[in-house]
Amino acid sequence: MGVMKRVQLVFRAKANKALDRMEDPRETLDYSYQQQLELLQKVRRGVADVATSRKRLELQVNQLQQSADKLTRQAQDSLAAGREDLAREALQRKAGIATQLNDLQVQYVSLQGEEEKLTGAAQRLQAKVDAFRTKKETIKATYTAAEAQTRISEAFTGISEEMGDVGMAIQRAEDKTEQMKARAGAIDELMASGALDDVVGGPRDDIQAELDRMGASTGVDHELEQMKAALSSGAPREIEGAQAGASSAEAAPAQVVDGPQDPE
Amino acid sequence: MIVRILGEGQLTVPESAVAELNELDAELEGAVEREDEAAFGTALAALLAKLREVGEPAEPGTLEPSGLIVPQEDATMAEVRQLLTDEGLIPG
Repeated sequence: MGVMKRVQLVFRAKANKALDRMEDPRETLDYSYQQQLELLQKVRRGVADVATSRKRLELQVNQLQQSADKLTRQAQDSLAAGREDLAREALQRKAGIATQLNDLQVQYVSLQGEEEKLTGAAQRLQAKVDAFRTKKETIKATYTAAEAQTRISEAFTGISEEMGDVGMAIQRAEDKTEQMKARAGAIDELMASGALDDVVGGPRDDIQAELDRMGASTGVDHELEQMKAALSSGAPREIEGAQAGASSAEAAPAQVVDGPQDPE
Repeated sequence: MIVRILGEGQLTVPESAVAELNELDAELEGAVEREDEAAFGTALAALLAKLREVGEPAEPGTLEPSGLIVPQEDATMAEVRQLLTDEGLIPG
């Protein structure tokens, strides 16, 4: 027997067990409907929770981006002032923030996906709960307890399958949101303490730290060279643009700064 | 036949496609038995792709139970094994 059939049988067994517990099925219909409404509430809360986490992450991404931009400016200013050591320090800090930023962006996309999935689950469940309510009223009005038993079975199994599926989706989303909250909380604390500058992604062993430093310093050297080149060509503010496409830097040699007296 | 993709909802699949789906499903099951995570991922993706190709989304308000249920796209082998051997994954 294949995987698809086996999973289906597990779901079916679950529904049958619940069905067997019913005495007068017409009364249990109302109870089941109550449970469905509760589950619907739970999915909606789930959607709201995920959205909150996503917004918080968005805020952090923006803050980190601002820090990175500021450090780039500081590096440019330091270099213009002839302080290569300060420029290097700033770029090193920026490299640390860039690591965090990449990480957060990946998580942001994953949370967005989770939000979409839960929103879809809420809509599907809503449609089934509506259908169940209609069916429930028909069954209660029309059938004796014995007749209702067979009528109910299909509707109940169908809704129970949906509830099981949605229940698992909520569980997965909760797990992900919890991880994300812990992560976001840690970054908030780091930001507040100002320690983020020195943290390039949590505890590591010495060798890894050294390797990272070597990798990072290659990047830093490279960026320093670029800044120097830009500085000598008289367009110190155009570095990011020059990286993206040389043409834009040419087109707009906006401000020719003649040196360290540039304010800030 | 109605087939559910976990986390996505139900599809109506023509009976003529069921044999082909079963073949893909057999590959999935083989991968689970061999504990071959790479083959598992490939087989699951192939099964889901076929399902989406031949299936149409079912009426949203249908209460008809599914004849077959397929794990979600990003399911791990461990999750599927738990789903098969243990009712613990399904709440309620």
